[in-house]
Amino acid sequence: MRRTGYFWLLIGMVALFLLPWYAIETSFWNFSWLFGSKSSFQNKSTFLHIYNNSSVIYAPLIAALLIATFFTWRLKNDVSLAKLYVGISIFSIGYIIIQAFFLDGFIHLAIDQNSDGFKYPLGLGIGGFLTCVSFLFLLTTGVSGLGKGRGDAFIIGIIGAILALVLVFVFYPVSQILVQAFTGEEQRLDIGHFFNNFLGKDIWSLACLTSSNYCGVAFNSLFLAVMTGLGTTILGLAFALVITRTNFRGKKILHILTVVPIITPPFVIGLALILLFGRTGIITDFVADTLDISKTRWVYGFTGVYIAQLLSFTPIAFLVLVGVVEGISPSMEEASQTLNANAWTTFKKVSLPLMRPGLANAFLIGFIESIADFGNPLILGGNFSVLSTDIYYSIIGSSTSTSKAGTLAIVLLCLTLSAFVIQRAWLGKKSYSTITGKGDSGKNIELSPKFSIACQSITVIWATFTFVVYSMILFGSFVKLWGYDNSFTMDHYTRSFAISFENGINFVGVAWDSYFTTLIISGIAAPLTAIVGLATAYILVRQRFAFKNSFEFMTMLSFAIPGTVIGVSYIMAFNTPPIELTGTAIILIVVFIFRNMPVGVRGGIAAMSQLDKSLDEASITLGANSFTTVRRVILPLLKPAILAALVYSFVRAITSVSAVIFLVSAEHNMATSFIVGRVENGEFGIGIAYSTVLIFTMLAVILLMQLLIGKRRLRSK
Amino acid sequence: MNKFKYGVAVACLLVSSSVALADGKLNVVCSTEQSWCDLITSEFEKETGVDVSMIRKSTGETLAQIRAEAKNPKIDIWWGGTGDPHLVAAEEDLTQPSGYDTSKLMGWARGMANISGGKTIGIYAGALGIGYNADLIAEKNIPAPKCWKDLADPVYHGEVQVASPNSSGTAYTELATFVQLFGEDKAFELLGQIGKNVNQYTKSGSAPSKATARGENTISIGFMHDMVKLATSGFPMKIVSPCEGTGYEVGAVSIIKGARNLENAKKWVEFGLRPKTQALAATVNSFQVPSHSESTVPPESPDLASIKLIDYDFATYGSSETRKRLIDRWNKEIKNIAK
Repeated sequence: MRRTGYFWLLIGMVALFLLPWYAIETSFWNFSWLFGSKSSFQNKSTFLHIYNNSSVIYAPLIAALLIATFFTWRLKNDVSLAKLYVGISIFSIGYIIIQAFFLDGFIHLAIDQNSDGFKYPLGLGIGGFLTCVSFLFLLTTGVSGLGKGRGDAFIIGIIGAILALVLVFVFYPVSQILVQAFTGEEQRLDIGHFFNNFLGKDIWSLACLTSSNYCGVAFNSLFLAVMTGLGTTILGLAFALVITRTNFRGKKILHILTVVPIITPPFVIGLALILLFGRTGIITDFVADTLDISKTRWVYGFTGVYIAQLLSFTPIAFLVLVGVVEGISPSMEEASQTLNANAWTTFKKVSLPLMRPGLANAFLIGFIESIADFGNPLILGGNFSVLSTDIYYSIIGSSTSTSKAGTLAIVLLCLTLSAFVIQRAWLGKKSYSTITGKGDSGKNIELSPKFSIACQSITVIWATFTFVVYSMILFGSFVKLWGYDNSFTMDHYTRSFAISFENGINFVGVAWDSYFTTLIISGIAAPLTAIVGLATAYILVRQRFAFKNSFEFMTMLSFAIPGTVIGVSYIMAFNTPPIELTGTAIILIVVFIFRNMPVGVRGGIAAMSQLDKSLDEASITLGANSFTTVRRVILPLLKPAILAALVYSFVRAITSVSAVIFLVSAEHNMATSFIVGRVENGEFGIGIAYSTVLIFTMLAVILLMQLLIGKRRLRSK
Repeated sequence: MNKFKYGVAVACLLVSSSVALADGKLNVVCSTEQSWCDLITSEFEKETGVDVSMIRKSTGETLAQIRAEAKNPKIDIWWGGTGDPHLVAAEEDLTQPSGYDTSKLMGWARGMANISGGKTIGIYAGALGIGYNADLIAEKNIPAPKCWKDLADPVYHGEVQVASPNSSGTAYTELATFVQLFGEDKAFELLGQIGKNVNQYTKSGSAPSKATARGENTISIGFMHDMVKLATSGFPMKIVSPCEGTGYEVGAVSIIKGARNLENAKKWVEFGLRPKTQALAATVNSFQVPSHSESTVPPESPDLASIKLIDYDFATYGSSETRKRLIDRWNKEIKNIAK
């Protein structure tokens, strides 16, 4: 404990004294914040502040660090030292928070004025950030020193870090917008106003069942989400079974086809569906002509959105389920067969129940994805309105009301929370572990012939449909006016991605800038998302601590809320100090991590609940600490989950629209917001050509990741 | 270990992305069409040498962003987009006067500046109109509409698409135009009759015309310059200027309150309102009518002189109070009629 203590105290000293406390305006690398005593107030390290007699606000922090260091050196009793660590860290973190938000003196010092007297507040910089980090880990070191969590500093450290991250980047911004729901017109707390809104007819009406009026948005969303959750889970399961349990030819192609929809910017699927099923769509045309019926706008509304969501979200269900289906132990199935059960009974009574965590998680993800989906309802919704689009337009529409947006967001959260609770109840407290480390060989049984054929035909139909949709998209990128003038052109590609070779290589196409930014940001966000997500899953499955369920739900929060709300709440929370991130690349990375982390968490939980605890125990008995256990035992067995988390977060970072629109800046523009702009402008060609390039880029990256991570080997062949 | 790496990564990023405050910079949010945004940005950079960071966002998104950023603004200039949200921003004190001398501008552009106390200035105008898909009209053998009142004709049952004023500024302009043309009660009566023919109230204002161009819908209401653009790109789109007269939008420019690059922002306003700059819009297929009296009007633009324009009362119909009342009434009486 002392060594860890010294380490974090040292980091704290360096951060507090040498690094600039505020976000600096000048370049970090010219070190003027350390030496240039004439640089402006914000561009200075604490050392310079004190040297220039300009600040006493650091005194308590400096005292805290010195006291802690002294006692680490002198105090012999470990428990007392741990208590001291806890006390001092809580005091220091509290002091920083209170100062940053409330203390007038601190805020006063942290304001820069322009010539008109407009006051700009200053955000925390690298110094402030690292100081907080070191106190946080001093705290967790102290807590583990008190014997909590079996005294394992590593575990407590992870819990502390994730808790802090979730509080800062999920809870804090989301609470900003939820508060708006309770704010009346006078900017004052108004509970009656909230209930008026919350219980309003436009949210909860069931009028569509009995009359020609519209139903409330809450019921529309709920109905759609349940249907999508069920549909994607069933389709995903069929795919997973075909791929793992049958000798279906063309598994490779199927594998690729199932992945393609998640790597597509959502509205592209919508556009392709319109060209297929719209009033002048190819298929509508064909059917209307052969059957001699008049063409209608049947695709606009629930049907269209539902088809698009099934197309878009089935692959995620598949990704969650494939690892789980693979992980079902053959010996249990063999036992069932030895007891004379046939293939179908075995599947129904043994395999399927063991897949429950996978099924439940797949459903929950489908449900949440559907309820937060924005692009598909926007394009195909017709008069069928859902919560996510309504929230968007109550923020950006012509009669805006953030209090209505807040209320709708709460409704949406209630629905998600209910789904979450129901899912937990259904899973119950049973054990689903099948990977035990005990000798377990053999091959999973094949499906019963009828069931196998059923699965394969569903799969083939779906795959063909997906294939048609994507051929349409590819085709659309090469024609002049998609759906109208179908003459061949390469124009869209050359305009977006031209490279000139005069005077070296110049990327002159209009899309290059956002393309590179997108790849870099997503490339940084993906591994971080996977790490945070799987670490969260690990502590949720393997560790016991108070408030675990609320913690688990909190990690799901950011995923359940539509991107628009997240986008606006991030601006509200991170545009002003202490944490000022707007206009930077960090805010994009952070929003991707915390929006996509829940998929890593769900996938990780599903995969980890299959791993028997005896594996950990064996490793620990053999003398490994928990860090080594994670690295050598758990991680290799989690390869499918890691891959899913990596792929999914990378892809989502590239394809998400609604959260990003508010957070992109001129320097950091993302591909999707570029594409949306072009599509709004009616330039479908460029939008689709760009999407096609993105799809192929993502395919390449995914294949690369698959190669790098490799397959897990569960049992020797 | 994990979070240590994470910390390092974040730290590196914190360092590499400090906010640009230096002189010679300008942060622009542009709400006109992308190609026009790109062109004016590069022309402005060429002339002044100012390093411009421009991003395109719709007016609704921009307004939401400058509201959220009010205490610590990151944008200097808001260029283009329909004038209503610009007026709202002025009313909420999110923008500041630019001090530009508006005497040489057209009356409607001066009007914007007068109402807002100089905080927002008109840069172009676009009239509302009816668009229809010529192929579908011929195929169904129905007459092309000529007036607003024609849209209430039952032959168009399920053929009309309009945006919803709850989400779209275009639709609100249409609602306000009807009220000014026919009087409030008559207007709602007519909207109700048209409502029986409406197949969908879209969220976005330009969606109905796009659907019409592609043949997903037969008749739409929207801004004529959008329809002209669709027609020029090859769709069978025909544009009608309604016989009763019509209303219009004024696109605007505003300087954000607390702009960090105020001098350059003022330069941008002056540059953007020059006749020479305004003439560039037509070269990238933006066919709105420019606001400077000495600007040449592109030949493709809907000729405002030949359109019966109403004397649009921006002061009354731009105020939040009137807007809220009209939209509430629309929600009560019109919204549920469409089927």
